[in-house]
Amino acid sequence: MRRVAILSYGLTKVERHWRKSLRELFGDAAKEALKDTKIPGLDALIVGNMCASDLSDQNNIGALLADYLGILPSTAYRVEAACGSGGAAILAAYASVASGMYDFVMTGGVEKLTDGVGGDTTYSLGKAADAEYELFFGSSFVSLNALIMNHYMHVYHTPREAFADLAVLMHKNGARNPYAQLPFEITREIVLNSEKIADPITLYDCAPVGDGAAAIIMCPLEDAPKYSDDFVEITGVAGATDTINVSSRSDLLSLNSTVVAANKAYKMAKVTPADIDVAEIHDTFTITGALSIEDLGFSEKGKFNKLLSDGAFEPGGVVAINPSGGLKSRGHPVGATGSYQVAEVTMQLMGRAGRMQVPNAEVGLTQNIGGSGSSTYVAILRRAR
Amino acid sequence: MSVPRYWREIPERSRLEASKCTRCGNIIYPTRARCTKCGSDSIGPYQLPEKGKLLTFTVVRNPPRGFEKMAPFVLGIIELEDGARLTTQITDVMPGEVTIGMPVEAVFRKVSEDGDSGIIEYAIKFRPTF
Amino acid sequence: MKPVIDVAISGWGSYIPMYRIAVEEIARVWGKSPKHFREELLIDEKAVAGIDEDVATISVEASKNALSRAGLGPKELGAVFVGSESKPYAVKPTGTIVAEAIGATPRVLSADMEFACKAGTECLQCCIGLVGSGMINYGLAIGADTAQGAPADPLEYSAGCGGTAIIVGRRDKEKEPVAILEGSTSYVTDTPDFWRRQKCDYPSHAEAFTGEPAYFTHTTSATKLLLDELSLKPTDFKYAVFHQPNGKFPLRAAKILGFKKEQVEPGLLVPYIGNLYAGSSVTGFSAILDVAAPGDRVLLVSFGSGAGSDAFSFVVQEGVRTKRDAAPKVMDYIKRKQNIDYAIYAKFRRKIVL
Repeated sequence: MRRVAILSYGLTKVERHWRKSLRELFGDAAKEALKDTKIPGLDALIVGNMCASDLSDQNNIGALLADYLGILPSTAYRVEAACGSGGAAILAAYASVASGMYDFVMTGGVEKLTDGVGGDTTYSLGKAADAEYELFFGSSFVSLNALIMNHYMHVYHTPREAFADLAVLMHKNGARNPYAQLPFEITREIVLNSEKIADPITLYDCAPVGDGAAAIIMCPLEDAPKYSDDFVEITGVAGATDTINVSSRSDLLSLNSTVVAANKAYKMAKVTPADIDVAEIHDTFTITGALSIEDLGFSEKGKFNKLLSDGAFEPGGVVAINPSGGLKSRGHPVGATGSYQVAEVTMQLMGRAGRMQVPNAEVGLTQNIGGSGSSTYVAILRRAR
Repeated sequence: MSVPRYWREIPERSRLEASKCTRCGNIIYPTRARCTKCGSDSIGPYQLPEKGKLLTFTVVRNPPRGFEKMAPFVLGIIELEDGARLTTQITDVMPGEVTIGMPVEAVFRKVSEDGDSGIIEYAIKFRPTF
Repeated sequence: MKPVIDVAISGWGSYIPMYRIAVEEIARVWGKSPKHFREELLIDEKAVAGIDEDVATISVEASKNALSRAGLGPKELGAVFVGSESKPYAVKPTGTIVAEAIGATPRVLSADMEFACKAGTECLQCCIGLVGSGMINYGLAIGADTAQGAPADPLEYSAGCGGTAIIVGRRDKEKEPVAILEGSTSYVTDTPDFWRRQKCDYPSHAEAFTGEPAYFTHTTSATKLLLDELSLKPTDFKYAVFHQPNGKFPLRAAKILGFKKEQVEPGLLVPYIGNLYAGSSVTGFSAILDVAAPGDRVLLVSFGSGAGSDAFSFVVQEGVRTKRDAAPKVMDYIKRKQNIDYAIYAKFRRKIVL
């Protein structure tokens, strides 16, 4: 297996891109990634997307985008793992370069959630769950996570405020992110008093609905210096699954797919959680963020709130969690989120994160979840220069 | 939901017919191709019990399409007497009176209607044991 | 009428939804006094089906209760009939939904019956015939309704929800009969006292005409025919259950026929739950079985608009005592209640055009 580098990245602001279509949005991110790289061409395009089939009436995204970008006849296909599509695409792209199959691969994700009106988008997003045994009863992404949050609070007696404080930190970080959908600070009261969606989850516990695209270019590490002045190495990457149905989880309060994927990635990268300087984790809801922090090994089970209030997760703390603002504030263009995370950590390791910059970031981690925890894709990146 | 998809799962959703591994006795619901515990593909039929307790719940105030007129409703995970778990609605109770741990029992209820002209979909829900 | 093979009741069960709306609450909205309904019609409140309940769901719970009492597995049923005037589909039998949900399919006869409030006893007559002819061993007869009263109409105060299932079996095969059938009659004429046209949401009725020419003529005629055939008198009965559109009519029918108030009152449920339509007389009968003793003779008389009455004479057996506690009793369901206001009632009963 060859070692793999990330040469460059491109991302769009996350927002309601009414005037950009699916192909145009990805085109913007791709063009940004291709700018200033001197690669001879792309061998493959592996892209993540979840909802285009429902909301934009578009399947066959790989071919669509290869055509639009003018990279025909290169290989192109879509990877789908619900909101973990981006992370899964990273894994697939890594494997294709590491195996020696391809040299220059663009991976990324694109999502146009606003092509759906109101109920259509929620309905499409809900399909990450078990259609016959969860959705049938009127559950949705929010309510399934609310089941987990309610159980968590019952078992660990975690105060409701602790979850609000996580959202507050996300917005504090996102306020410094020029690509963020919600770049403004909030208060604990705003979270607690916002509209109840599925008790105990309120509007401000949830990531917003928006559009976005991100693209990453990978190549063999040994060739990277030829094509770019700066690059990072992917030292660990893994994916894992857990039951699709929340009720079937062996432990409702642990995302086993995250535990397993993280362990595999840490082992591959030969690091431990303590070595991670910056992490972009999957906080679709504050409860998902809390569980992710714990299952990645950044906190003991049931104790995320203690470390949160101690400032452990701020930039400059024990590990900087979501300096981009995370899904909560940067946004969650579902199939693209996993790609955003990798682009953001790459930005950090290259020292190009501007006001979001975590000082001396050497090792970074991304964690992208599909569904309510049914899959997780983890990547570990290291500064190469 | 399409007619074939609804009709196919009637035994599971309306009669709580599940599966059991004939090798290790593990209860599998929803059913799988292989036992979730020992991996055996020797799976046989199993009837879930009709009583259990509420493991966790939420009050859905922003329902997905098709459930708008049912709001607010309670969604929960039930742990049945034999340890099996399932996700369903909790009915015959005001949202404010639901508590984690409350004993519940199975009832056959309407889940949704496919508009004014489509089929009516039924399944087992749970209510506080009375 | 008596079948060639004697039949018995093997099991019985009821279900009443938990929600109630008081007549005061309905009267408040329409600017009426509740006095007439409480004091003359003897209705205090009525049962309201929850937003996820309908005749199919009511029938399933009543049927499962009946099966528990009968000690039968669902596959032993040879027929499942549902009698109702508020069936969920205009065309698609409720009977198959119920039969599938209780596990009686596929070797079972099934259909829905309609004869206004006497549809439940129609199903009972059919099961008696099928069992009594030797065609099947056990028949499940259900009378259930979630009938609607038009807003502001007098019937809105009394149109309740609920149902009862009765399992009929062969007397010679029933080890613990609940009651044996002595005989039944049916008295039917074309009398349009109350009806609902195909595309109407709510029924119409001919007001006072629903009294003497409809309810009283048919109930008393069916009863007199039965008493004649069986050579019985009112004093031979411990209990008399009549169809209960309100509290006044059954007591008056009893009086006309020579029955006493004490024979009727134990089965008079309308003050607590309203008129259960096709479930009315059979649920009154179920409440009697919940308290009757072996040897008691029970008269059951239904009335369905359009119009007709079925009358039955049963003699309670030892099985009533051994089987009674295997399922919740009518009073258990009556006591399980939650009062709601008119707004929630309108939401549950889809009177809000959404």
